[in-house]
Amino acid sequence: MDRKVVIPGEIIIDGDEYLPGENTEKKEGKIYSLRYGLAEEQNNLIKVIPLSGVYSPRRGNIVIGKVENVTANGWLIDIGYADSAFLSLMEVPRFVNKDAMEEVLDIDDMVLAKIWSINKRGIDLSLKSRGLGKIEDGIIFEVNPNKVPRIIGKEGSMIKLIKDNTGCDVTVGQNGFVLIKGETISSELYAKRAVLFVAENSYVSGLTEAVDKWFKENKE
Amino acid sequence: MDKVRTTPNTTADRIRKYLKEGKRFDGRNTEDFRELVIEKGVSCKAEGSVRVKLGKTEVIVGVKMGVSEPYADSPTKGNLMVTAELLPLSSPRFESGPPRFDAIELGRVTDRGLRESGFVDFDKLCIIPGEKVWTVFVDVYSINDDGNLMDAATIGAIAAMKIAKIPKYDKEEGKVLFDELTDEGLPLTDHVPVAISVHKIGNALIVDPTREEEDISECRVTMGSSKGIISSLQKSNSKPLEMDEIKRVFEIATKVSDEINKKIDKALK
Repeated sequence: MDRKVVIPGEIIIDGDEYLPGENTEKKEGKIYSLRYGLAEEQNNLIKVIPLSGVYSPRRGNIVIGKVENVTANGWLIDIGYADSAFLSLMEVPRFVNKDAMEEVLDIDDMVLAKIWSINKRGIDLSLKSRGLGKIEDGIIFEVNPNKVPRIIGKEGSMIKLIKDNTGCDVTVGQNGFVLIKGETISSELYAKRAVLFVAENSYVSGLTEAVDKWFKENKE
Repeated sequence: MDKVRTTPNTTADRIRKYLKEGKRFDGRNTEDFRELVIEKGVSCKAEGSVRVKLGKTEVIVGVKMGVSEPYADSPTKGNLMVTAELLPLSSPRFESGPPRFDAIELGRVTDRGLRESGFVDFDKLCIIPGEKVWTVFVDVYSINDDGNLMDAATIGAIAAMKIAKIPKYDKEEGKVLFDELTDEGLPLTDHVPVAISVHKIGNALIVDPTREEEDISECRVTMGSSKGIISSLQKSNSKPLEMDEIKRVFEIATKVSDEINKKIDKALK
């Protein structure tokens, strides 16, 4: 089966041999889509890759968030989800003076963090990994979170292509925030345009080639 | 707690740094507008309606006509009412409920531009002097806010008024026949008051800011002008402007206003 665009409630395929995967539901032998997106089949498993909608957090996701509040034992971080996420003092791998927590992270600071647990109480973040922490500088903008996998590409191929062509450091949070840091203004703007090009054309098959071509056509 | 997302500090720093070298965050020049798209006739019940898109910013403007009594101080003049509503669907910052500062300002600045420029010949909107005149209602609805709703609203109001048609009026019954539009448009003059907002960030003066740029804007001047005559002026935010900056604002606004005016005419053809 080829990839096709489906809407919620649409029958993707009829047949008992198929199994419902992500964002699908099986009813009376038929597989229905639960989201608007691209339907895909692999070994009789049907899944839908969403094209729109809000970010849904998963454990292990790297996200870019904004400090909303400083509390006695941690920070409340807005990660673009209905609930705020909590970054505990215990999850910061450095010494923190409890009387001056805003020296580490202050309200409105941007932070790169990892989701280490999602439970009934909320989402817990951690900074215990390489490269995580406060974002000191760089340009941050938002894209649709559902397009993040395409911006990263298979095993990071797309992001590597953008980095190689622009010389900028590109970090993509799973919640749709993109951080770009480069040497010059023009290279940063170039990288931003490239990322937006990928996000706009995320439905194209053979996207890596298309982006390669885009880079050749829009050389700086 | 209120969840209002503002521009990250790091991005704000970058925007200021870029502007020092005369570059914009999205690659435009300081005096460039985003792509302007005008769609005609989006509402079938309004006498004239348009959808205006400025990049990702989107507004719908409708013109509705009604017959009412004139005001006592202008018995032979029609009325104009502009209302703006910032719908919660257009931005996480807007809530439903009574209009707040932003919405009131948006409506009033648009109103002032249309009224004071002489764009509408109000004398021609009179049906029976002292008794019946046309009232023109201009309603602005925000659909998506990515900065510069002010200019989008003005552009929309002008475009919607240009394509609006007056409905038939039954003089004997005193009833408006909304289903039967005449071929007659609103009595407009060629003083088209395209208002342009100029924002100051650092030492740079820019037009058509995106959400991010609007967030860090230090001061905004909205100037409505046509043919070099200033008809409305509004300054917002607390930062002051230098004398020569104001002169530059006038130059930029007049220049850009002419360009936009041409674009509106082209889109309505």
